[in-house]
Amino acid sequence: MSIEARERRQPWILLSPALTTIGLLLFVPLLFIVVYSFWLRTATGADQAGFYLDNWREALSDPFYRDILLFTLKIAAITTLVCAVMGYPAAYFIARSRGNKAILLLLLMLPFWISYIIRTMSWINILGVSGALNSLLIWLGIISEPMQMLYNQTTVILGLVHFLLPFMILNVFVSLEGIDVTLEDAANSLGATKWEAFLQVTLPLSLPGLAAGGLLCFVLGAGTYITPLVLGGPTDAMFANLVYEAIITQLNWPLGSALSLMLLVVLGVLVMIYNRYLGMAQLMKGLG
Amino acid sequence: MKKIDNTTRYERLRERYMNGDLDRRSFLGLLGAAGAAYGLVTPYRALAQSVSQVRFDGWGGVVSEALRKNAFDPFTAKTGIEVVDGTFGGGDEYISRVKASQPGEYNIAHLSGVFDYARYHGLGLTTKLNEDNLPNLQYVIPKLVDVFRNITDGSLSCVPYDYGTTGLAYNRKYISDDEIKEKGAKILIDEAYKGKIAGWSDWRTRMWYAALQTGQSPNGITDEEAAWDAVRKHRDLALKYWGSGAELMSLLAEEEIHVTEAWSGRIYALQEQGHDIGYFDPPNGFGWQECMFVIKDSPLEACEELLNFMLAPETSIAVAEGQNYPPALDPQKVELGDKIPTLPAFDPSGTLEGLTFADPDYWNGHEQAWSKTFGRVQKGY
Repeated sequence: MSIEARERRQPWILLSPALTTIGLLLFVPLLFIVVYSFWLRTATGADQAGFYLDNWREALSDPFYRDILLFTLKIAAITTLVCAVMGYPAAYFIARSRGNKAILLLLLMLPFWISYIIRTMSWINILGVSGALNSLLIWLGIISEPMQMLYNQTTVILGLVHFLLPFMILNVFVSLEGIDVTLEDAANSLGATKWEAFLQVTLPLSLPGLAAGGLLCFVLGAGTYITPLVLGGPTDAMFANLVYEAIITQLNWPLGSALSLMLLVVLGVLVMIYNRYLGMAQLMKGLG
Repeated sequence: MKKIDNTTRYERLRERYMNGDLDRRSFLGLLGAAGAAYGLVTPYRALAQSVSQVRFDGWGGVVSEALRKNAFDPFTAKTGIEVVDGTFGGGDEYISRVKASQPGEYNIAHLSGVFDYARYHGLGLTTKLNEDNLPNLQYVIPKLVDVFRNITDGSLSCVPYDYGTTGLAYNRKYISDDEIKEKGAKILIDEAYKGKIAGWSDWRTRMWYAALQTGQSPNGITDEEAAWDAVRKHRDLALKYWGSGAELMSLLAEEEIHVTEAWSGRIYALQEQGHDIGYFDPPNGFGWQECMFVIKDSPLEACEELLNFMLAPETSIAVAEGQNYPPALDPQKVELGDKIPTLPAFDPSGTLEGLTFADPDYWNGHEQAWSKTFGRVQKGY
């Protein structure tokens, strides 16, 4: 074998464990889901193999699924916006802090040490009728009766922001870290105020990080089902809850497969648009 | 002849290959075949092995604690067979898990309602228990056994274990005993309690209570649209649908809600903890019987041994006192002690004539359509 041929093969040999793992754990199950989406659920709950378009017809034509999908995208968009507004100043503060950066980053990572479900449920103890906030407000004499703060759209967004904010901060932080701080000094020396230097130099240069954080927050937020389940009211279900219900409650795996693929395609298109205009490199930096 | 293990086999094969006795293609082929054979056989090895553990899945919380303490630990001490227990939030969730599992992965489940038993039978997941290995079955209320036999052509794939009701639980600080008796199931659609009402996110329970709220028989709803309207009205007034016994207890104990339908044993547990929560079974309230169901391809003898141990009056009574649901034992045959007669839904006659159970044919016949419709109604449609 020639040296060129061997060199051409080497990357594939090195990549083969990762490719095999991804193939077996991602693409093969995905293929199963695609196949399942064309099957039918029988009256007993058993699946009927075959090639039927019923599930796809239902998923694509029923306004119920479209409305919940739009609601899901709306909640994910609001969450992303809130994360961006809250996350940028925090990331800026960490990136520009001098001695305690490592401690601040450690604090940022601290929530990941606790299960996402427990973090979500902690809001019940904070916002519940007999939770910490109501108790404090009653104790301070601000209110006489506990307020109903839980189980609505706001608490769903709050739970999602709690979950996703670190992803946003990390991405923006990585982006800010890559910017040469002397650029701001240069802008100042040319007459720009600190605010103008930030707006015209730092912010534009950090936008890829903001976009990467936004993409992560949006995709993860749109795919969640735990938060609306724990913190949402009866009508706050998101699209992943429909998938859960179809598969778990209704034992309708074929319809659940079609719905999950539908969500996957919608989010996949968003990722492709992001990749087309901004590239995945920034996202990888943030995740790294 | 001396038996050799797989490692020795592999080493001999490797030695032959290194010595040049075997070409590379044959060596790799044999290794591949061995790997494939191992992969195929592994899932079934559990069935052939002597049984050292049995998997049990139940409702969690106080129910699991009662079973662990009073049945599983003593059983392990007596037989050496370990009982690994898992939990689920509802029968629908569990049936999905079983459907996705390998044969023999799940063994015994604490199923609620005869309709669930019928669903498992419909999916071909029932087995046939050897009743000679279940002498303690003689103590069980016959009516509870017969309904299961009717579904599986005279045989059993489960043993009845307890029964209870899904009645109305209410906070006495805000709702009096007289008010709950007067309003019955309609209190769950009473505008006066908007935002302080909850309900189980289970389509059967929702439709059952909708039937009561619209003056219909739960086992024969004639005006479906009126029932769905009642479900919608409840949804609009409800703060939250709860999804587990723990969530139900938390919502009531934290006073997030003032009234909901609830599982009798969980409310008794709250009362024992000192919460002033009342419990009322409205006329035609939802009665159910639970069973210990053995899933097809489980190690039968070990499962039967465990079930018989669990049905022994001393075990069954201890579990019932712990989980606060009356046992399936016939009060006419077994002395049940002091606490059990005080539990909600307890029937001293053993006939269970006062309870209304779900007709499995009727409810399973509507399962596909109603569970789907409820999924939509629940979300505001």
